[in-house]
Amino acid sequence: MAKKDMLNVALPKGRLGEKVYDIFERAGFECPSIKEKNRKLIFENEETGVRYFWVKPSDVAIYVERGAADIGVVGKDILLESNPDIYELLDLNMGKCIMSVAAPKGYVDDNSRTLRVATKFTNVAKNFYTSIGRDIDIIHLNGSIELAPILDLSDVIVDLVETGTTLRENNLEVIEEIVPISARFISNKSSFKFKNQQIEKVVKAMAEKVGK
Amino acid sequence: MIISGAELNNKEKAMFALRALYSGHGFSQFRMTKFEEFDLYAKNRDFMDSASIITFTDTDGKLMALKPDVTLSIVKNNRHIGNDIRKLYYTENVYRVSPKTHYFKEIMQVGLECLGNINDDCITEVLVMAAESLDVLSENAILDISNLDIVSHIITEANVSKEVEEEIIKCISEKNSHSLSKICAENNIIDAKATLLQKLVTIYGKPELAMPQLEEALLSEAVDHADRAVFEKALNLIKKIVKAFEGTGLEDMLNIDFSVVSDIKYYNGIIFKGFVEDVPDGVLSGGQYDKLMRNMNRKSNAIGFGVYMDTLGKLSKLDGEEVVIRG
Repeated sequence: MAKKDMLNVALPKGRLGEKVYDIFERAGFECPSIKEKNRKLIFENEETGVRYFWVKPSDVAIYVERGAADIGVVGKDILLESNPDIYELLDLNMGKCIMSVAAPKGYVDDNSRTLRVATKFTNVAKNFYTSIGRDIDIIHLNGSIELAPILDLSDVIVDLVETGTTLRENNLEVIEEIVPISARFISNKSSFKFKNQQIEKVVKAMAEKVGK
Repeated sequence: MIISGAELNNKEKAMFALRALYSGHGFSQFRMTKFEEFDLYAKNRDFMDSASIITFTDTDGKLMALKPDVTLSIVKNNRHIGNDIRKLYYTENVYRVSPKTHYFKEIMQVGLECLGNINDDCITEVLVMAAESLDVLSENAILDISNLDIVSHIITEANVSKEVEEEIIKCISEKNSHSLSKICAENNIIDAKATLLQKLVTIYGKPELAMPQLEEALLSEAVDHADRAVFEKALNLIKKIVKAFEGTGLEDMLNIDFSVVSDIKYYNGIIFKGFVEDVPDGVLSGGQYDKLMRNMNRKSNAIGFGVYMDTLGKLSKLDGEEVVIRG
């Protein structure tokens, strides 16, 4: 297969990405070199016509939207936050968690003043509070969001909650669920047209493997 | 005057080739200034997000805008068309916020608009012009077409809020059938209608493959009689266009894709989007906008499209293409 016709797949680095690759493999798009222990970032298998590369999870959507990758797997949280112009073809029902509002235990919202919200997901938080008409002050953080209400940097946080252990250990609790999150299979719009048969084949095989 | 091809870059060659194509088919050039009164966009703020417009105050105190769009200006400047069809083309720079970078961008746009007594033949002619435009730009291009009247009818009948309507349209544009079914269930959209929307999202491909699937889904006995009449009319127009493409040499470019959607408040009927190989974004988009014409108190109808020259890549098809200037 000509290099140009190969399907470029952006996978999110980390545990989720490895699980996703396993599904690709079981669906018939294996690339054994990906399991070798080295620092390579690109792996290809000319026989199956796929080229995988590992990218930072929050960058997958950018690679796909800009056409550097034809398809990719990304958390719905990233899609909601960056709103890329892509096709969202499958819900893989993996990496499940809930985008939630959390606050110190016993917290009572004082509606008379602006709510201070610390989050990595600025747009998600803004859209949520706009939809309920609550005035907020957004504090954008890149990590350790749970620290913000403890140090009185914010009143509440908007973050992904999987098991709730980190929240509990820091004396926080979920006060509102915003939206369920899971890994999604996405495609570049132009690639979907020009590599349609290949992409449809992958979608069909993946859908079977995740029980759709 | 003699100009050698080497003195023009491929984008300039493409621009001249498109202009020659349009004027050769009886379209006349529409020229406009870079500025427009801001009021025009404020009155049509859903059509053009007024927050993403560069504004300035003129010496007489009037609030002006650097043109973010061409269509509104063309409609504004063509008041009395009567029973004619006015065929116009333009080459203009527009200024708006890029949805990708969130910064202002100067975008070069070439396009055409037909205003007036638009009939099926005129719609077909514009579609063929769109395909020919793509053919100028690339050896491998795709023109996706849809009839918005079908999606629009299903959504209007579902009687949902503006927010839900927007969510549904977003899901359709992303071919996101899993979220679409969830939204339909949450908003009590009856199963039959939800299933139709799902089908519209997933059916994609060449007309000979997609049309039978669409007919099976939309025109079956199970579909309500009144709905079926709307769907049949919409599908017939697509069929007419597909037929008109036969023998043009451009028929392989056509694909049916109902995930091509636009704001149903302004657009209606045939809408379309063009892609060329190796360019990650759509390079051409257009459609009928009779509803925008009504919003601007025009009795006539309209259809048009724009080619976004900035999105185009190297345009290798035009490498070494000779430039001949006549007259």
